[in-house]
Amino acid sequence: MKNILTVENVCKNYGNFTALNNVSIAVPEGSIFGLLGPNGAGKTSLIRIINQITLPDSGTIYLGDEKLQPHHIQSIGYLPEERGLYKSMKVGEQVLYLAQLKGMSKTEAKKKLLYWFEKFEITDWWSKKIQELSKGMAQKVQFIVTVLHSPKLLIFDEPFSGFDPINANLIKDEILKLRDEGASIIFSTHRMESVEELCEYIALIDKSNKILDGKLNDIKQQFRTNQFEVGLLSDNKEVLFSEIETKFKVQKSKASINNDLRLLIDLKNGETSTDLINYLNNKSQITHFTEIIPSANDIFLKAVANNG
Amino acid sequence: MGKLKLIIKREFLAKVKNKSFIILTLLSPLLMAGLFSLIIFLNEKNSEETRTIAFVDESHQLETVFTDSEHTKYVNLTALGLEMAKVKTKEFYYGLIYIPKNDSLINLSKGVAFYSEDTPSLSLLSDIESKLEKKIRNLKIEQLHVDVEKIKATETNVNIASENFSGEKSSKIGSLLRMAVGGGFGYLIFMFIIIYGTSVMRSVIEEKTSRIIEVIISSVKPFQLMLGKIIGNALAGILQFIIWMISAGFLMLLVTSIFGIETASSATSVGQMNPEIVQQVQQTSASELQLVLQEIKSLPILTMFFSFIIYFLGGYLIYSSIYAAIGAAVDSETDTQQFMMPVLMPLIIAIYVGFSVIENPHGPIALGFSLFPLTSPIVMLMRIPFGVPWWQIVTSMLLLIITFIAIVWFAAKIYRVGILMYGKKPSYKELYKWLKY
Repeated sequence: MKNILTVENVCKNYGNFTALNNVSIAVPEGSIFGLLGPNGAGKTSLIRIINQITLPDSGTIYLGDEKLQPHHIQSIGYLPEERGLYKSMKVGEQVLYLAQLKGMSKTEAKKKLLYWFEKFEITDWWSKKIQELSKGMAQKVQFIVTVLHSPKLLIFDEPFSGFDPINANLIKDEILKLRDEGASIIFSTHRMESVEELCEYIALIDKSNKILDGKLNDIKQQFRTNQFEVGLLSDNKEVLFSEIETKFKVQKSKASINNDLRLLIDLKNGETSTDLINYLNNKSQITHFTEIIPSANDIFLKAVANNG
Repeated sequence: MGKLKLIIKREFLAKVKNKSFIILTLLSPLLMAGLFSLIIFLNEKNSEETRTIAFVDESHQLETVFTDSEHTKYVNLTALGLEMAKVKTKEFYYGLIYIPKNDSLINLSKGVAFYSEDTPSLSLLSDIESKLEKKIRNLKIEQLHVDVEKIKATETNVNIASENFSGEKSSKIGSLLRMAVGGGFGYLIFMFIIIYGTSVMRSVIEEKTSRIIEVIISSVKPFQLMLGKIIGNALAGILQFIIWMISAGFLMLLVTSIFGIETASSATSVGQMNPEIVQQVQQTSASELQLVLQEIKSLPILTMFFSFIIYFLGGYLIYSSIYAAIGAAVDSETDTQQFMMPVLMPLIIAIYVGFSVIENPHGPIALGFSLFPLTSPIVMLMRIPFGVPWWQIVTSMLLLIITFIAIVWFAAKIYRVGILMYGKKPSYKELYKWLKY
């Protein structure tokens, strides 16, 4: 698959502090790419380098096939984590100004702007000043600023912060729609449930190093722990539990609704899920059987802890 | 280039549309005119007031001194004696002059006293003193049997008209004119740099605190943004300046046409008090007016005009880029204090030096500070009306341009790093580190 963005061996130092240490990532075209990492890991440094706000000390970046050049800013839309607009400038004027700075003509920007304003039902905000808008309203304007010039690559840094659930959903749908229309999206966030929901690919950065990247599903495979949750019907739960305990590594799980015995069983090397089912089936009636798949959150915590 | 133009336009409009800018621009000429009229008005009122002063002259030799003038009337209370006169003066008059009994002319001047309820003004006292001095002097001359008129004929008034070797005339009035023009230009640049430099700084801080900066510099280079900001603000300043000049001229015309006649009449009333001086003024005023016009013509106007533009641009660009860098380095305006002092220092020194330079425009201090690029925009402009050798102007301009390039380069580096730094109050050491990023 073609990559819209390729970052190769990028290093960035601020004085004695290393912000990025030999980081490489590849963002496939038309995908949503989650850029994850704890606070201060170097995500923002990387995003700023992609946006050409700062230059890397070494390493190369390609947008499509071309080496990143100043004119590429027109193909990139960036929603920074710290939002901001000119407080005393009117909404319409402001968006037009920022769009023109991205290289759009005034008439083109105006046309697009009307389209987005109608879509978000905010046409009457045109001559309001930003300081008269609520935080969520200003966020909507900022979202429009980011996408107005139809960039090939969109970079969202915590796009849902500051939105209520309804508007967060609206923005999420717009992001998905933009992807369907062919844009590629880099998505930096701490909210793991939205990573789970949206991202096809992820990269995890911790302490200036990339410690993990790839397709989210592949990573999940990699982080499988072979742990299963099972539910068993039994009249004498304690006897059954101690019986299973002799055979498998087992612990009690939370109580369930139909009052069955819930267990978490870790399979050792060589044991398969079929072995487990067969064994349990002989013992009792099975009400529940699932593999515990690590969530993005678990992977995040585990990978960061391992990087220690 | 297109983007720079966009930024300049936005910065200009943001400044010009600002309410405080509009109010300041429109109101200050009115305020100035109002203040000016008030001063004239109060002056008129003050001089219209007449007061009556009593005197007791026990020597009986100085009574003739006290003749009534327009604003002062005199009453002779010698007959009442000092104590009674005091009581009466307290009740009816402004003050009481007491001249004790004295037979010898030499001691006549001693023991003269003035009694009044409130402290008399210095000008009133010196007026009375000079009247008495003159009378006593005349009495002494008479005692020597010399004709007073003959002594008067020996009094002369010298007005040196100096000329330099290339034949240009200069005079005291000419130097005064040069001082006024040079000082005015220098002061104008000083004010403009401080007002609009601070405005650039505020605008940078605003972008930083409102966090729009990251959005903008993902579209344009920080240097473009800084330059656009500086130029946009300068244009707003020039607009304000032009509006002020036009309205000041207009209002001046208005004010003088309202008060014109009265000021003329008050001039004659001053004249009545000192008839001799009036005579001199009348004699010289015609020729001096011509002299002033001549002086204006002899000023190096073209040089002044072009150097004003160059020094103005150079000075403003140097200082406003320093201001922009300061704005970028801090998080809020309260943090700017530690950096403001070193920036204001050379400007304030330039103004102080400048005003001593116009007294001695060709001395070593004048030369040094008019070459040093952080003070040259002010000091050199103050010197130019007095005539400065070409090599000095060229050297000073070259230094100014080199410094301008260096400072803008440094400022841009600090600006570039600073606008993305939050939460730290930077030290000078920190700023030095930023230069190397």
